Amino acid sequence: MTTSPLTGEEPPAIVIDGLNKWYGDYHALRNVELSVKRGERIVICGPSGSGKSTLIRCINALETHQEGAITVNGTQLSSNFKAIDEIRRDVGMVFQGFNLFPHLTILENCMLAPMRVRRQPLAEAEERARHFLARVRIPEQADKYPGQLSGGQQQRVAIARALCMSPSVMLFDEPTSALDAEMVKEVLDIMVDLAEEGMTMLCVTHEMGFARQVADRVIFMDAGQIVEMNTPAEFFGNPRHERTRTFLAQVLH
Amino acid sequence: MMPVEAFLRQDAEAVRPAPALVKRGWRKLLFGDVASSLLTVLISLCALWAVPRVLDWAVFDAVWRGNGQACFDAGACWAFLGAKWPLILFGIYPPDQQWRPIVVVLAFLAITLWSLPERNWTRATATGWLVVIVSSLLLMGGDTLGLQPVPTGDWGGLPITILLTVLSLTIGFPFGILLALGRRSEDRMMRWLSVGFIEIVRGLPLLTMLFIAAILLPLMLPDGVTFDNLSRALVALTFYSAAYLAEVIRGGLQSLPKGQEEAARALGLGRLATLRFIILPQAIHAVIPPLTNTVVVVVKNTSLVLVVGLFDLLSAGRSALTDPDWPSPYIETYILVGFVYFVICFGISRYSLWLEHKLSAGVQR
Ligand SMILES: Nc1ncnc2c1ncn2[C@@H]1O[C@H](COP(=O)(O)OP(=O)(O)OP(=O)(O)O)[C@@H](O)[C@H]1O
Ligand SMILES: [Mg+2]
Repeated sequence: MTTSPLTGEEPPAIVIDGLNKWYGDYHALRNVELSVKRGERIVICGPSGSGKSTLIRCINALETHQEGAITVNGTQLSSNFKAIDEIRRDVGMVFQGFNLFPHLTILENCMLAPMRVRRQPLAEAEERARHFLARVRIPEQADKYPGQLSGGQQQRVAIARALCMSPSVMLFDEPTSALDAEMVKEVLDIMVDLAEEGMTMLCVTHEMGFARQVADRVIFMDAGQIVEMNTPAEFFGNPRHERTRTFLAQVLH
Repeated sequence: MMPVEAFLRQDAEAVRPAPALVKRGWRKLLFGDVASSLLTVLISLCALWAVPRVLDWAVFDAVWRGNGQACFDAGACWAFLGAKWPLILFGIYPPDQQWRPIVVVLAFLAITLWSLPERNWTRATATGWLVVIVSSLLLMGGDTLGLQPVPTGDWGGLPITILLTVLSLTIGFPFGILLALGRRSEDRMMRWLSVGFIEIVRGLPLLTMLFIAAILLPLMLPDGVTFDNLSRALVALTFYSAAYLAEVIRGGLQSLPKGQEEAARALGLGRLATLRFIILPQAIHAVIPPLTNTVVVVVKNTSLVLVVGLFDLLSAGRSALTDPDWPSPYIETYILVGFVYFVICFGISRYSLWLEHKLSAGVQR
């Protein structure tokens, strides 16, 4: 948050150092190193089972890791509940399956965490919820229940819900994979808006058009490792690793 | 090459309303096919045989007022119910004090009716329940209020049924939630304790638990600590409710997708807030039908407390039958007792249907 007096550079938003994770005996993340600058937009791609979800879920401690350190905005993740809660307040997450709360209205979905976690008064929480619902272009759905919305609308609510907590980092885990083709764009448009406003973003996605348009860096993962990382122009124009080339050949046709 | 028959629409098909649904008429329902015709004839024959007999007994030969003498060699003795209803409904509670159980029953009726609509599910209503429960206990007992003291052993009938049901469910419910969570906990100790409790309680007949509570509990407690029969029965019934509610609630917890908890935690909600606002409301909503079932079973189970010397509605009714001035009109008494149980249980069941419907109104998955 503070600018370093020596270098004049802001500290990174996320630092992942020597991260290793096992599911039982399966080595799901192998020595992952990654530093994300404030305002940086990163797209992570890779074949199914390569550990993309696992990696971003480690960042807000939805998964626990065995080795290595993760630091978000200067706070290091530990088993300390306080540190975990602090990081989760500051890191928004959007899931493939939306995960809206079906028993609450759209507005309540967006107001619950700000009121309970940030202790916002009802009026303020509601005003902010309506503001962000307008930003994801569905202000008129506020009083409906999630089950009454289309997939694309639900995912936009999920984004608004996360934004209501004023996160400094947003994690996206394949936010458009569960959507019909015609709804993908409405969600991507919102994500592009966010990127243009300078949000720090880590997106697991196979939407290569989105990666080309907004990403500062594209990361390719395979078998629990970061295999290649580059600017989108280099990554798509001149992939260096053999695995990256086969992967890109498959997704770009 | 296969010839392709090309098609291009010239003008649009008309949009028409759906054809009207044809309702099945009575005749079709009763005599639609051989099976239903047979069934109709059979039921009609039974009714022809039974209805006049029942009517003779219940109406034409019945004794509506008078004393016990008139009831010998007659049909239904409704006069007995007219004379004995306080004893049937309130047991051996001192007759001159019976306004107290009446007030208690009415208070529970009032708070129940008040609590039905969703808009009244407030903290104030919960406090209201607490006030009604505590003041009912005080009013029934009497001594703290400066009224004639009535020991719990003399309480009986409907107030016992209501108090035991309400208390065992309100204490058992949070306890059941804890057990359900414990059973799913990652902590092995918690899991074993919960499983142990649930399986032991479910493995024992309630009657056995009531005996244990009545006989073993006083032996195990240190000298000087005594429990009256009401508390003993309450302990057994609460254990029973907690164990069964726990299993029902566990089913609800299992039905929730994992993403719900993850989404809540990712928003920064703590474990308790996640449970309270996200997990439990959905889990409980998902299991309203089996929950209702458990509640109804608990209501009817109160009729077993006779074994610890308490007179619930059923046993109070039976004790009314011992008056030598009257013939023993079992059927009439059981009809009244059964009617009261039925009204309570049927009410609960209808309410739960309404509730389920109401809560699902917005939530379509
Ligand atoms: N809870 C778990 N228990 C055991 N193994 C797991 C668990 N979650 C993930 N894995 C394994 O870890 C590996 C990485 O999974 P992950 O979900 O991170 O992959 P992914 O790159 O997100 O794949 P996808 O594109 O299919 O979402 C997979 O082999 C998966 O089978
Ligand atoms: Mg994944």
